[in-house]
Amino acid sequence: MKSSVLAATASTLLALAAASPTLAVEGEPYIHDPSTITLCDGKYYTFGTGAGGLISADGWTWLRGGVRPGGGAAPDVLKLGDRYLVVYGATGGGLGGGHDGRILTMWNKTLDPASPDFKYSEAIVVASSDGAEDCDAIDPALLLDPNDGRLWLSYGTYFGFIRLVELDPTTGRRREGNAAVDIAIDCEATYLMYREGWYYLLGTHGTCCSGPNSTYNIRVGRSRKITGPYLDNMGVDMLRGGGKLLVAASGRFIGPGHFGLLDLGDGVQKFSCHYEADLDRGGRSVLDIRPLLWRDGWPVAGDNFAAGTYVIQSERAGYALELAVDTVPMPHTRYRPWGSSAGGPAASPAAATAGAGTPPPPTAPEVPPAPLPLQEVAVVSKDWPTGAVEVRLGDYIVRPHQKWAITPVANGGGYLGAPYFKITIAGTERALAATAEAELVTVPSFTGAPEQLWRIDQLVDGTYRIMPKQVPDSKAEYALTAIGASTITLAKFDPQDDKARFTFRAP
Amino acid sequence: MKSPRGFATLLGLVALAPLHAIAADAVNVPPSPAPYFTPAATEPKAPDADGFIQRWLLLEPINKPNRGNAGFVDTYIRRELTREYFPGQFSVVPQAGDKVTAEGEELAWHAVDSTRFNMKLFRFAHGLSKRVYGVIFWAVTVVDCPQEIPNVRLAVGSNSASMWWLNGAEAVVLTGDRRMVMDDCVSKRITLKKGRNVLRGAVINGPGMSDFCTRFIDENGEPIRDFTVRLDNSGK
Repeated sequence: MKSSVLAATASTLLALAAASPTLAVEGEPYIHDPSTITLCDGKYYTFGTGAGGLISADGWTWLRGGVRPGGGAAPDVLKLGDRYLVVYGATGGGLGGGHDGRILTMWNKTLDPASPDFKYSEAIVVASSDGAEDCDAIDPALLLDPNDGRLWLSYGTYFGFIRLVELDPTTGRRREGNAAVDIAIDCEATYLMYREGWYYLLGTHGTCCSGPNSTYNIRVGRSRKITGPYLDNMGVDMLRGGGKLLVAASGRFIGPGHFGLLDLGDGVQKFSCHYEADLDRGGRSVLDIRPLLWRDGWPVAGDNFAAGTYVIQSERAGYALELAVDTVPMPHTRYRPWGSSAGGPAASPAAATAGAGTPPPPTAPEVPPAPLPLQEVAVVSKDWPTGAVEVRLGDYIVRPHQKWAITPVANGGGYLGAPYFKITIAGTERALAATAEAELVTVPSFTGAPEQLWRIDQLVDGTYRIMPKQVPDSKAEYALTAIGASTITLAKFDPQDDKARFTFRAP
Repeated sequence: MKSPRGFATLLGLVALAPLHAIAADAVNVPPSPAPYFTPAATEPKAPDADGFIQRWLLLEPINKPNRGNAGFVDTYIRRELTREYFPGQFSVVPQAGDKVTAEGEELAWHAVDSTRFNMKLFRFAHGLSKRVYGVIFWAVTVVDCPQEIPNVRLAVGSNSASMWWLNGAEAVVLTGDRRMVMDDCVSKRITLKKGRNVLRGAVINGPGMSDFCTRFIDENGEPIRDFTVRLDNSGK
């Protein structure tokens, strides 16, 4: 895990994000307690508290249309074999004053309500609370243990314990004789996931359902066993209120809650959540999908990519993406790098080091050197070729041909959790594009063609994968790859190789 | 900072006229390419375990005064390394011992095998008591493939800038004040044809060390080794 990269990248993007607001997903993403986003027949689905759910063809634009009977609170969905197991809490939890909850499961062959196969099985109760006990049986979440195939269900709210029970993955029913295990307090909207020998219990803390005044935030503990104990980074058991903060309010988004994992493979993980209030959407509760990073064995919330001007730095050799044009010298006064006075050559570096030829002590303060202006793109670009110009990787020296403006493309579509971006030389319309030969070039102006649209996914280590929406005349999925220390191309992404990892840094 | 070139570049301490003298006096090694080179053997030579091509015809350095390397921008390199310095520069595969006249000097071709993965041009020139700074080195080799190999890339590192051609077509250009690192600049996807493939390069340098390393790599950056190198009359 490259924690230094992660920290630097995160801080850079946070700083830039302050100036460039990020977006939650597009469309009508109004939802509370979104279930784990599930792919079914080429579309993404999520269901929330109450009836219905959201559907997206690309993962970026979400519209109403999902169908889930039963109402109640905070469903979850898990694909098991060729069926989808849907679990939900039949009551509204404490919002209505009662805590006599029921958790139900039901099956469907598809999540597409337009499919002839769309039909839910009869819902069956798998857990309940009597209203007086220390548990409120709502907010269920499912985990299929990748180690042994056992199916687990967590549920509960602040009213008592978060509980864990085991289900039969073939029937969706409670394992006969299975007794609930208390695994946390002070949570709701829990979620379980497994990674590299650890089980992680994520829970939402804080105040729900108060719009921009909600204090919802997502926290996490981990355990070597599914049944706990789940301890946070300070060793505090979640049964005693522990929980390491994963994500809290930021920017225009208040009250993140109800985590859901999206493992896209190839080192890309994301998580879904809802914000209690999106201030840009009148304070409504909305869906968001964000990068999920990992540091020292703990999940860390990434930030959605913020539009801005960046250096695109290769992790292979640290060189920056640049236009293949002449670097224009920057006029400057030659100062001796050793000694205190400006001007004039020294006898030799060795002599300077030894003190020989050292100038006499200054009799007056030096005049502070005047700042040097940065080169302006409007000036140096006059000498650039007017047609296509190739790109490469080079030593970054803060020149206009090395600074890239990255901008979401309006109505350009997107992918899971993010829009497509255009990548242009800052201050120009010269745009990065994929060629039919799976190489890279810049074209004089952005046209919106699919080979000029870029997908930017943050990897779990904090670096990024950059992919064109399409390589012309090809269905291959390629990513920017430093095939040489100074040479960049498009190639199949290898998540284990720094050749295909990039960072975005402030210019 | 890379001494002495960095300081020399910065301060202009190296005058152009005494470059030859600097080469002879400043480096305390015998005037021989050994142990860096041996005469090229006659039998075909495979690339080394990492795919580096170690057998080349090298031309004694062409005089090309450059006080520093900062001026090796794209425009300069493309202009100066595509100029004709001697007849047949882009077409002839010379034989060891052939001589050409470039920039008013008679220069000889040498067929050599490097004892290292790279071709240490500075040592080559110094060993022959030729100028070492402000120079252009020309290099030619013949890659013999038993079968066509598509989608390979020519990967080059050079000190300083350089240009490379495969079978007469430009393959890769390295501009700027380059340091030699393996796989620094890589060509687009190209094809090694069955039989003889002529690989040609020109390396330019002002002050400092000169060398290059070349190999062919596949889509994953792994070395291509299914070929041999054989220079005509290479033992001459």
